[in-house]
Amino acid sequence: MTGDPAVARPVLDAADVGRALTRIAHEIVERNHGAADVVLLGIPTRGVSLARRLGQRLATIESQASAAPVGSLDATMYRDDLRLRGVRPLEATEIPPGGVDGKIVVLVDDVLFSGRTVRAALDALSEYGRPRAVQLAVLVDRGHRELPIRADYVGKNIPTSLTETVHVLLDEIDGRDAVLLGPADATREEATR
Amino acid sequence: MTLPRHLLSAADLGHDDALLVLDTAEELSRLADRPIKKLPTLRGRTVVNLFFEDSTRTRTSFEVAAKRLSADVINFSAKGSSVSKGESLKDTALTLEAMGADAVVCRHSASGAPHRLAHWIRGSVVNAGDGTHEHPTQALLDAYTMRSRMGRIEGLNVAIVGDVLHSRVARSNVLLLSTLGAEVTVIAPPTLLPVGVEDWPCNVSFELDSVLPKSDVVMMLRVQRERMYGGFFPTTREYSRRYGLDARRMATLPDQAIVMHPGPMNRGVEIAAEVADSVRSTIVEQVANGVSVRMAVLYLLLGGALIESAEAAA
Repeated sequence: MTGDPAVARPVLDAADVGRALTRIAHEIVERNHGAADVVLLGIPTRGVSLARRLGQRLATIESQASAAPVGSLDATMYRDDLRLRGVRPLEATEIPPGGVDGKIVVLVDDVLFSGRTVRAALDALSEYGRPRAVQLAVLVDRGHRELPIRADYVGKNIPTSLTETVHVLLDEIDGRDAVLLGPADATREEATR
Repeated sequence: MTLPRHLLSAADLGHDDALLVLDTAEELSRLADRPIKKLPTLRGRTVVNLFFEDSTRTRTSFEVAAKRLSADVINFSAKGSSVSKGESLKDTALTLEAMGADAVVCRHSASGAPHRLAHWIRGSVVNAGDGTHEHPTQALLDAYTMRSRMGRIEGLNVAIVGDVLHSRVARSNVLLLSTLGAEVTVIAPPTLLPVGVEDWPCNVSFELDSVLPKSDVVMMLRVQRERMYGGFFPTTREYSRRYGLDARRMATLPDQAIVMHPGPMNRGVEIAAEVADSVRSTIVEQVANGVSVRMAVLYLLLGGALIESAEAAA
């Protein structure tokens, strides 16, 4: 732990993140009566890593044969805040070979905040086909929604103030698993270290 | 990271800027595989195609690119406009400005016209070819094509052959490819090399046959007869024999090497028909890649907020 705990407080450690994902995977299977038609689409960047982990867990819960395809969906070009800040680089979109038509698409992201990214992702998704249903899984719901959007699967609800920052660290990208809560941009600095 | 406000020269792009354009184009190229080839990103923005010189592929390519990003496109060509009544470039620019153009894509027979334009209007200016000077989006799509065929640009040996003197494509390619770490050699008869070519970041040769065996990419340039007012070479046949790419010369290239041409081609002059239609030729790919690259440029110039600091600096 390199950050000052008083500045960036860990709210979930690696074991908590693992348990939350395992529970979400079970909930997905329970709610959809299996994982047969489920397609996991992560929203870059950390949502993609989370989607892959959920995919592995679904494969162990169900049989390997009916493992859910995992892909990614970049919603940058559909955002409503493009004109409010500098241009954003694009991330990869990988729709699994079976497509999304008639499937149950589970969008996966790390943090649910205003709901605007998810709104953009829903628009982006509609260009690739017509899923039977779209569900949303997030590791952290920090509140402060600005749109009528709600997650179907939540790892942890973390009440925050608007000035606080929530940062999700994942092993694949940041070298370790944790969720940090801190004021202003302290956690971000720690994350990019 | 953001691009400069205008794209006037390939030299405006640093190494990271150029790679950002290529990476963005690569993501956008997947749009071509989708049933709905449209993104909402530039909805409500206006792109003016201001073409003072004939063009088919560049103008159409920019139009398709802008429309796929949902921008409104106004095509303005010198023929059939007030320019044929004697309106100056500045007055035309101010008219477009008053109509609220967010970007002006400009082609002009005079070198430097887009630079002048950039001083008069608030929107972004994209140079779509100015005289014998520059054509930066062509260089970007050529670099994109090289990267997708060869897997890299850094360290590639690129030969640019032919009418370098009149070629804006050659100049932009030399600048961009050297930024991206390729080793460029321009090959032409001495009469078709511009003054000051020794200061370009490239090698110069008069001899095609000695360069071909070590070239990964050969880019053939069109002999621009419409810009030739003197005797630059004795006869077309003589030119073709010394600097044209035929099947015999193509056979001396390394196995993986590719042949490029910015189009339009003079078949039988700088490039033989069997070379243009061979598997090494990327000429059709270059056109398809042009749309993706121009979408990337328009997105990166117009997709974000206007940068106030850039305006202050201008």
